[in-house]
Amino acid sequence: MYAQMVKSTGKGLKSRDEMTEEERAFQDRIDADTKIEPRDWMPEGYRKTLIRQIGQHAHSEIVGQLPEGNWITRAPTLERKMILLAKVQDEAGHGLYLYCAAETLGISRDDMTEQLLSGKMKYSSIFNYPTLNWADIGAVGWLVDGAAIMNQVPLQRTSYGPYSRAMIRICKEESFHQRQGYDIMMKMAQGSEAQKRMAQDALNRFWYPSLMMFGPSDAESVHSAQSMAWKIKINTNDELRQKFVDQTVPQAEYLGLTIPDENLEWNEEKGGYDFSQPDWEEFFEVLKGNGPCNAERLAARQKAWDEGRWVRDGLLAHARKKSARKVAAE
Amino acid sequence: MSSVNPGALPEDEDKARSARAEWPLWEVFIRGQHGLNHRHVGSLHAPDAEMAVKNARDVYTRRNEGVSIWVVESRHITATAPGEKGPLFEPSESKIYRHPTFFDIPDDVGHM
Repeated sequence: MYAQMVKSTGKGLKSRDEMTEEERAFQDRIDADTKIEPRDWMPEGYRKTLIRQIGQHAHSEIVGQLPEGNWITRAPTLERKMILLAKVQDEAGHGLYLYCAAETLGISRDDMTEQLLSGKMKYSSIFNYPTLNWADIGAVGWLVDGAAIMNQVPLQRTSYGPYSRAMIRICKEESFHQRQGYDIMMKMAQGSEAQKRMAQDALNRFWYPSLMMFGPSDAESVHSAQSMAWKIKINTNDELRQKFVDQTVPQAEYLGLTIPDENLEWNEEKGGYDFSQPDWEEFFEVLKGNGPCNAERLAARQKAWDEGRWVRDGLLAHARKKSARKVAAE
Repeated sequence: MSSVNPGALPEDEDKARSARAEWPLWEVFIRGQHGLNHRHVGSLHAPDAEMAVKNARDVYTRRNEGVSIWVVESRHITATAPGEKGPLFEPSESKIYRHPTFFDIPDDVGHM
């Protein structure tokens, strides 16, 4: 979810007869729910797809700090500020867990950072939307983290060991994020008329971008079919989106807020809501770099990378000096 | 394993200015509240051991997860190879008598 439109080999699924002996043994291990570990043999496509997927997920955690960081200095109370700060710190940790998982596949941290900055690697479309008022911070926690949890909970069972372990750690912390978001929404929705308007406005702006987080329908996608066979994707995008809508609508009702969708209706037959699709043209434009905040987000990452260089180099020079002295003393 | 060797310190000053001057990778072990063994929790990059401990504290003990931290540079860890799994670990599979549940002790004997 934080990973969208991840391409796998693109060749379609191989039948057992088309597989080499190694590939067959590999698929058998996955089918038997045995975890694949870094030094195990794996098909090149599995390795590359995972690097793209985990890398994109890691970048999303890091870039995702920016829209929320925007409100740390303007949080309405000291308590809210400390909570938001803790959440943004968590996101940095999530990025770190995921970068470490990707590194076990043979890509370096710096390579990933450079590929993010050059635009070669992506991050989730959702973080290219601005956070305009305090209720947006509530909406981000409630909807964006809520959508992320939908995807991350099943990924705890993914076939790649380091990725699975990173997801387990992350899921433990995500529930704090979603609850803190909903807590903000409750406060706003039960507040003054102006606060209620802000809460509704935040929901209006974040609803469709949140639905986009799951990516377009992938029922026909060869990439998804391969990823699902490898168990690095567990559910289809449509399944997760449906689950998210079904879970979120009653939460909005509790808040007394209206989901901005005239077609939203309970469908008894399927046991879920019917709802409108987001504007997929907008989604592809955002992925291409034409969202409201793409340039700002990447510029902020570039600035942090450039201005942090002297710290990285300085600490390394210090470590090298100390280690040389130690050798000389021995 | 991986094609990069994140464990080694970059060697010369020129390299330190390139993107390859990455801090080494460290593995982090935490002892939880209840006196159990230190347990591997994850990894991180740091220029030296002191910073690795500080970073580990900031990332891995944010919610009272531990009372003690070990860090070790990843390149110093020696691991068994995936191919050795059979010869190393299969022999114990047939030795079920090593488990207490192997023995039938009558209920009358009480807890044992």
